[in-house]
Amino acid sequence: MDSRESTTSRTDDAGVEIPYQRFRPKRYQPRMSIFWWIHKKVYLRFIIRELTSVFVAIYAVILIVKLNALLRGPESWEVMTAALATPFSIVLHVIILLFVVYHSITWFLLAPTATVVRLGRKRIPDSAIIAVNFLMWLVLSVAVGWIILAV
Amino acid sequence: MSVSKNNDPFWWTLFGAGGTISAFFIPIHVVLMGIAIPLGWFDTMDYDRYLELARHPLARLYLFAVISLSLFHWAHRFRYTLYDGLQLKHLEQYIVVFCYGIATAGTFITVILIFSI
Repeated sequence: MDSRESTTSRTDDAGVEIPYQRFRPKRYQPRMSIFWWIHKKVYLRFIIRELTSVFVAIYAVILIVKLNALLRGPESWEVMTAALATPFSIVLHVIILLFVVYHSITWFLLAPTATVVRLGRKRIPDSAIIAVNFLMWLVLSVAVGWIILAV
Repeated sequence: MSVSKNNDPFWWTLFGAGGTISAFFIPIHVVLMGIAIPLGWFDTMDYDRYLELARHPLARLYLFAVISLSLFHWAHRFRYTLYDGLQLKHLEQYIVVFCYGIATAGTFITVILIFSI
């Protein structure tokens, strides 16, 4: 006999004991607040990490707008350049930067869980994979920066 | 559009690729093109040279990959954040169409722009 069956008992509203029934769903299913993630730091960090994707998407849309301005001609490009120099735009980009950098850092720190690299019989340590990712981030940033500024 | 669990590996692949490419490339773009250049910290190229750069085949490929994959990265991640955070799992079909629909539309727009530039 299943030991759980004898030890698990619940009572209904009137206090009458309801015998345990296997696979029978509980009738009481509490509804969680939609702000469940605010109360604990880990949950909050998780939600912030997931929400970095919103800022990644916002910047992708900004890139589309820039491409469109480039396509429409020098006048549109000038209008866009002027708009980018406004305090609103600068503040918006600083906020976007904070979130996308948080995305990059959390992404690279999680990289070892997605990429398991083996060298012969030995597994390459997580710290090495993380280090390579951060190094590549630096190298690629310098390369792209050089192209944008100096071509 | 029928969406079942079977599509998940496909969306996850786009999510993963987009997460990686955006993690590597977007911060430097934001720093330079969104902050440093508008604040006048650097002498920059003029319109014609930017146009020339954007017309380079590798630049077109790069822009397509960064924009499109970033959008699909958002679509997948935001979809599950809506499920978990706001507990909207019962609206699954609408959320799926909304998220991947926006990413697909953005991809089409990007392709048109890249080929007409």
